[in-house]
Amino acid sequence: MSTVEELEAIVAKLESKLSALTQKNVPRGKIQQMSSEVVDSNPYSRLMALKRMGIVNNYERIRDYTVAVVGVGGVGSVTAEMLTRCGIGRLILFDYDKVELANMNRLFFQPHQSGLSKVEAAAETLRNINPDVDILTFNYNITTVENFDNFTNVLNTSSITNGPVDLVLSCVDNFEARFAINTACNEFNLTWFESGVSENAVSGHIQFIVPGETACFACAPPLIVASNIDEKTLKRDGVCAASLPTTMGIVAGFLVQNTLKYLLQFGQVTHYLGYSALTDFFPTMGLKPNPNCEDSHCRLRQKEFVAKPKTEMAVEAKEEEKPIHEDNEWGISLVNESVEEKEQVNVSEGVQLAYTLPSQSSIAECEEATVSDDVSLDELMAQMKSI
Amino acid sequence: MVDESTRKTLSNIALLKTKAGPRDKELWVQRLKEEYQSLIKYVQNNKDADNDWFRLESNKEGTKWFGKCWFIQDLLKYEFDVEFDIPVTYPTTAPEIALPELDGKTAKMYRGGKICLSDHFKPLWARNVPKFGIGHAMALGLGPWLAVEIPDLISKGVISYKEKTESGK
Ligand SMILES: [Zn+2]
Repeated sequence: MSTVEELEAIVAKLESKLSALTQKNVPRGKIQQMSSEVVDSNPYSRLMALKRMGIVNNYERIRDYTVAVVGVGGVGSVTAEMLTRCGIGRLILFDYDKVELANMNRLFFQPHQSGLSKVEAAAETLRNINPDVDILTFNYNITTVENFDNFTNVLNTSSITNGPVDLVLSCVDNFEARFAINTACNEFNLTWFESGVSENAVSGHIQFIVPGETACFACAPPLIVASNIDEKTLKRDGVCAASLPTTMGIVAGFLVQNTLKYLLQFGQVTHYLGYSALTDFFPTMGLKPNPNCEDSHCRLRQKEFVAKPKTEMAVEAKEEEKPIHEDNEWGISLVNESVEEKEQVNVSEGVQLAYTLPSQSSIAECEEATVSDDVSLDELMAQMKSI
Repeated sequence: MVDESTRKTLSNIALLKTKAGPRDKELWVQRLKEEYQSLIKYVQNNKDADNDWFRLESNKEGTKWFGKCWFIQDLLKYEFDVEFDIPVTYPTTAPEIALPELDGKTAKMYRGGKICLSDHFKPLWARNVPKFGIGHAMALGLGPWLAVEIPDLISKGVISYKEKTESGK
């Protein structure tokens, strides 16, 4: 049995623990105006110092901007945190996934958040870090028909002034979602960054996409940074993908750095920046759109861009720009592709196309599904059910 | 890489013509009809060749697909629910086929039970837009996945045979 004194000591200890915990959870009040005053209570003093040093002309403008982060996983969550700490005006988060213990090799999320939706868990943490940032969350899969319209509607109307968002950041981990973002941004003329980390976790990239002006995600097969791994030694048995917090953190850093440069207009924004972890190699290049891009809205934006009077070309970084469209000089076809695996096409030093496309597919052996108009869809559905 | 067996599988499935996705309204109906015709024929061929391995149906709009697939080992039939959505960017991007009941049971899956495809699937699909359809995604994606993963999961004791009460095959 414990004595009264012992119990009193335990109570006192628990009370102090409790008060420490409740104190911790009081977020600071909102700050109406960013100040450059250097005092320990000003969360923006070091950012506003960028202005004093002449790096950024008008840092406070960051509060006018809205950035959409699509995918709040290993790259997206860190991206969102950086933008929050930088004091972005509004952040819009999209993800349909939940936090899992299997995510704990990455940054940002904590074990106690397991089971929560990623967007909700992220919003709570971010609001706590910086209550000045307005955070909107959408917990759904953007690639499905039922959500895509809402997704594009949000992108078009959710800026601080109820207009289109200033920038979309793709932090998704799959081809389908990237393509959905590409479709939306081409259609509604939204500027965006694509980002990615390879499935073997040792390379990554960011790509800046201004519809009509730079290559879109559909202009060519995906670009991959050469990892300098001998394909024969790369084992994929038993796992889909690996991930490292380091590579993801680096890619998120690239992404937000270029976001800041784009929004606050300092430095240069690179069209493509790659990262090869094994060799510490960082290829960069400019990318022109493909005039024959499959996406009709990309072609439309290209026409608009050509028609637009060019005013400030002099400021543009002089880079060697390469169109990455294909004219099928490799002559790949489905039927004769014993050579296909060797066909790695270098786009720039250390950057390759993930695969090549034929200009005309040549499967001659298969017949086509011929649809006669006298069969209705309902009949076909019934027929399928009755097999 | 298209090897001999893949080519044989492919020659069994009729190609599609209409490049249309679920946002394309009337053209999508046309595409859906082609999908169904190609699938009906493929399933019928499988049945005739004593190699019947899946059934699929969709919602009215053809945007959500569901059904069963099965794998036979030692005369026992292991059956699984299959489901997938047709993405807005279909047919440029393939559907992501999922076996929800195996979610979390194998590392060869993404979240939600989406199967992990081989490195060859995406290039092959991309080269054959819009000719490849749902039947091709099943044959080139799910078929090889089942053939590799199910025997492995059975041998590890992760899945075991369950007597089905329903009639039919
Ligand atoms: Zn394009």
